[in-house]
Amino acid sequence: MSVSVAPSTLPSVAPATRFASRAALDRFGASGWLQALPIGIVFGLFFVLPLIFVVIVSFWDYNDYQMLPTFTWRSYTESFEGCLTNFPDCTIIKTYGSTLKFCAIVWAFTLVLGFSIAYFLAFHIRSTTMQMVLFLVCTIPFWTSNVIRMISWIPLLGRNGLVNQALVSTHIVSQPLEWLLYSQFSVALAFVHLFTFFMVAPIFNSMMRIDRQLMEAAYDAGANGFQMLTNVVIPLCKPGIAIGSIFVVTIVMGDFITFDVMGGEQIASAGKLVETRLQALQFPPAAANAVILLGATMLIIGVLNRVVDIRKEL
Amino acid sequence: MNEKRGLAFYLLALVFALYVLFLYGPMFVIFVLSFQGPTGGLTFPMNGASLHWFERLWHGGGIVDITGAFKRSLGLGLVVMVLTVLLSLMAGLAFRKKFVGDGALFYITIASLIVPSIVTSLGIALEFRVLDDILKNYGPAWLSDGYTTAMGNYTSGLGAHLTWTLPFGLLVMFAIFNRFDGRFEEAARDLGATPWQTLQHVVLPIILPSLVGVGLFGFTLSWDEIARSSQTMGEHNTLPMELQALTTTVTTPDIYALGTSTTAVSFAVIAMALFAIGQLQRRQAAFGSDAGAA
Repeated sequence: MSVSVAPSTLPSVAPATRFASRAALDRFGASGWLQALPIGIVFGLFFVLPLIFVVIVSFWDYNDYQMLPTFTWRSYTESFEGCLTNFPDCTIIKTYGSTLKFCAIVWAFTLVLGFSIAYFLAFHIRSTTMQMVLFLVCTIPFWTSNVIRMISWIPLLGRNGLVNQALVSTHIVSQPLEWLLYSQFSVALAFVHLFTFFMVAPIFNSMMRIDRQLMEAAYDAGANGFQMLTNVVIPLCKPGIAIGSIFVVTIVMGDFITFDVMGGEQIASAGKLVETRLQALQFPPAAANAVILLGATMLIIGVLNRVVDIRKEL
Repeated sequence: MNEKRGLAFYLLALVFALYVLFLYGPMFVIFVLSFQGPTGGLTFPMNGASLHWFERLWHGGGIVDITGAFKRSLGLGLVVMVLTVLLSLMAGLAFRKKFVGDGALFYITIASLIVPSIVTSLGIALEFRVLDDILKNYGPAWLSDGYTTAMGNYTSGLGAHLTWTLPFGLLVMFAIFNRFDGRFEEAARDLGATPWQTLQHVVLPIILPSLVGVGLFGFTLSWDEIARSSQTMGEHNTLPMELQALTTTVTTPDIYALGTSTTAVSFAVIAMALFAIGQLQRRQAAFGSDAGAA
């Protein structure tokens, strides 16, 4: 009797056969496969295939007008030009060194800041509604434009910006500071400003999963606040920290827009090596630099992945 | 001990408050400066208050085709939003069971999030260039005559945006289905519902608020996307690309007016989505309380 929920829409013999055929299909995971097909096609056409093209084209030759589909190492030898003779004093190594320095600085700041904020939200805010509201407050800027968030520093940090006006008028400095904008400082500041959210979200997620009884047990066993942090909270947040770190480090590695807008087009970065070649329409060298960038990024993720198995933690 | 916890709370609350100021303060400053008087500059002081820069912006005064870019970004954002919701939902359902290649698809999705945008963008551009060359040289005459490129906002551009929005959509779907109570579906099945009916009348109404969230990610991430767009939009730039180009050339508050306008769209969309989510959850709560009695 319970089978006929909508008798008018189903032929009387249909349900049994429909279920049977469906069951047969599902033994091979067919329905799941069909549901995943569209997303698979999108990633195949616009992610996997393009990556293959990048690798192939990186071995092509080129002239002033076009790419020439013949095999050559030219793009790679050009990219590492001077590295053998002047090691380590060549463009690509210096650029990667500088980019890694930015990675380290931004990583350290976003980690400390992101961890503190996540800790505050997870353990000091008692009501769930308040937690959601404050988390949303941190999330909303993530849904707005990065470029606008970058240019919003101009009226603050510029030569005649608010910060310099304040510093000069209070006689802390005698003339406006020049290093506030279009400098390494402003690039690092913008990265922290834009991407701390990528640390907050996964660490907060990890913290919310910590069994509160574990912390009570630690407290009962005589742990002070600091011991609780180092022996309970941080070890259990390792997955969140690793995921956040992967986001932040890979963003800085591949970025060219923040370096451009906040660095006044003066600061080199690994991502900009690719972009510069693209602006010159030199596709094979751009592809070679992209492959090198991809390799460097994968290396860093490989190291972080040894700390934690990402798939298990999602 | 209690006193110590109190201190930690106030310190962290201070850090949080400063962080929120750090997040919103600069944005607020450019909103204010976008109402700069006609003789005002890029920084304070304000030389009066006016809508001068907004008027100049929307009449195309001095700046390239902003209205066109605005419409293009809006259209693309809406298409990306719809596709992100649909494809993420389908893939989310697929990942609840085992299927051939589920592990590979998962890793590809995560990789799409992590691989630097410039690499993906370059790859799509190369793919379309090679495709164009093949079509031009080997395609049938009706196609190759007058053919220029397959690149465009809704081909390569759309694909590039989806590689960025779909991973977020799928991760949200994972979070939804991790918390989903499978007993609702079992109950529906026991009452004789077909899989389609179960989806339509049980699963979808429960996860609808979260789907609005997926749509929010889809639209806003596309609306502001720039790194992946850089090589894939063909001849027509999107709004964020125009905005980035302006950062190097413009020396008047036009750029703040443009920033305020695009952010206003973002905030409007966020507000609508959050309102819709709130309404849906309230409705669910109301219906939920009935369920036991019925």
